[in-house]
Amino acid sequence: MRHLTTILLFPIILILGLGILSCGQKTPENEISIGEYSSLTGTTATFGQSTHRGILMAVNEINNAGGVLGKKIKLQTEDDQSKPEEAAMAVTKLISRDGVKAIIGEAASSRSLAAAPICQANHIPMISNASTNPEVTQKGDYIFRVCFIDPFQGEILAKFIYNSLKLKRVAILKDVKNDYSIGLAKFFEESFKKLGGEVVDSRAFSEGDTDFKAQLTALKAANPEAILVPGYYTEAALIVKEGRELNMNMPFVGGDGWDSEKLIEVGGAAMNNTYFCTHYSAYDPNPIVQNFVMQYKKTYKVAPDALAALGYDAAMLLFDAIKRAGSTDGDKIRQALATTKDFPGVTGSITIDPERNARKPIVVLEIADGKMKFKETIQP
Amino acid sequence: MNELLQQVINGISLGSIYALIALGYTMIYGILRFINFAHGDVFMVGAFVGYYFAPIISKFFGGSPFANGLLVMAAAMIICAVLGVTIEKFAYKPLRSRPKLTVLITAIGMSLFLEFGGQLVFGPDPKLFPALMPSSAIVNTENLVISTNSLIVIITAFVLMILLRTIVYRTKIGAAMRAVSYNHYAASLMGININTVISFVFALGSSLAGAAAVLYSSVYPSINPLMGIFPGLKAFIAAVLGGIGNLYGAAIGGLIIGLVETFVTGYISSTYRDAISFSILILILLIKPSGIMGKFEAEKV
Repeated sequence: MRHLTTILLFPIILILGLGILSCGQKTPENEISIGEYSSLTGTTATFGQSTHRGILMAVNEINNAGGVLGKKIKLQTEDDQSKPEEAAMAVTKLISRDGVKAIIGEAASSRSLAAAPICQANHIPMISNASTNPEVTQKGDYIFRVCFIDPFQGEILAKFIYNSLKLKRVAILKDVKNDYSIGLAKFFEESFKKLGGEVVDSRAFSEGDTDFKAQLTALKAANPEAILVPGYYTEAALIVKEGRELNMNMPFVGGDGWDSEKLIEVGGAAMNNTYFCTHYSAYDPNPIVQNFVMQYKKTYKVAPDALAALGYDAAMLLFDAIKRAGSTDGDKIRQALATTKDFPGVTGSITIDPERNARKPIVVLEIADGKMKFKETIQP
Repeated sequence: MNELLQQVINGISLGSIYALIALGYTMIYGILRFINFAHGDVFMVGAFVGYYFAPIISKFFGGSPFANGLLVMAAAMIICAVLGVTIEKFAYKPLRSRPKLTVLITAIGMSLFLEFGGQLVFGPDPKLFPALMPSSAIVNTENLVISTNSLIVIITAFVLMILLRTIVYRTKIGAAMRAVSYNHYAASLMGININTVISFVFALGSSLAGAAAVLYSSVYPSINPLMGIFPGLKAFIAAVLGGIGNLYGAAIGGLIIGLVETFVTGYISSTYRDAISFSILILILLIKPSGIMGKFEAEKV
């Protein structure tokens, strides 16, 4: 009998405990709570670290200038360990426990796709800083982004390889566990074939792999003139490195997932003769960019990468929308965000289109002599 | 044709690393009749030992890259051996008289402890393993490249395996190991100290995992605290495939798994690689549970 009592009591205590916890902390009247979920650790840790610095810089800047609607911004940050399931848990916690009014994140599409339905269901606006897979904003009308999308990125990469590098035979090595990589590979292939190019072979790997020699040997046998690796920097650097060991000296090309200092740190000299497109370049002479780079370097002692710039832009765009909405009501912020036009961001002038995506220019960088160099800017 | 040859070389280089890890599984099984699931994580610790020791060794010894590489490997082997013996003393020895299942569950717990303890100590983000020696190509034609790296991996692995064979079949402690693997009770009646033998086996198996870790990380230089899980599982499959408890079996099983994985990735798709590896495990358990080299053992009733 005593056993039965214990069995019955335990869940009751548990539910009560959770109930008390979930009431959570109330945000003080003079603060607006904003949530951020980022990959501060894990396979794409530099994405989260940079994004977090960018957002933090925007928050400090706005608070020093008096805040938004006369209130200070309070940033709540959750680490998702570079895992989609953790991302879903992080936003749930931000919404139900911390009571945030809007959420910024994530860089990776697979994590944004996991979190977006939760934000949508709770009517909390979410701004992804760097998720380029088109499906992210299709999750609902509360989901926005400040970056370009993969069909555009794929098209630019196709044009770049075909017109600027003048190469016609491309092989693809994509990450089959990653929505971003699969999408980018597909859009590239469509555009590249339309231009008259040929995709000679396509192989797959999975995030976290370290041995790519078998795939690379197979790709090499198809005699490609360039190799597209639509993945993230950790794997991309290892792929290029192992490819060079197999005597594959052709250009390797990637998307914005390559944008990290770690790319050159891991890949070393092997990274020469590679190209990738991204959201911004610190060498852009535009005064908005130069001012941002200077401030960022002063605070963090390193140069900002594209993720830092996008984090900053996402936060600033959100503050601008809250100001224009004149309220912290989810629906009003959503309407203000949807009508953003020519917002002067560090990563270019941002206009939110009816699909809640940003229309903006794209930058191509080249790696030569162990350094990233500005190659060209392409307008939408 | 050259593509095929290149894939064979890729496969043997991966397979010889699996073989080194598989030897640890198989030796411990041979002596204690249980699978040490923490073995893959000892491998991970070996990689981090290399990561932290490589800069120190090149700073204080400053010898040739080859000598430095050997010292880094020796450091990883020694520390892994100590770790292996410690794990046995604290986690497995107190449970030696308990059912095998208890020890197996403890091993899984140990594995999780090392993985997540590793995240706490080393940090969860991937780290770049330093290049121990410059990789250059020995054979370098248009379609076939054999780099010093893959050759060093293959040669070192084979030297270590021959060394292990010598220890097991030509030394006194090796004879003791074989005796204990036949029958604990009879061996102890013959004056063999079972505890010493078991500690020695753990030290030997773990040091091979440490060596494998340094080889693996110098070829695939991104390391993290969870890196031991998959090579560990693959090596386990290799050990079962070759016939668990059999040293030659582990070596052959490792090579087969390395080659199969490379061929599946190269000619079919990497998506099926892990699925096929685990299918091999299921098939071998269904068709010939004693493995390729294993002998059929009748259970005494």
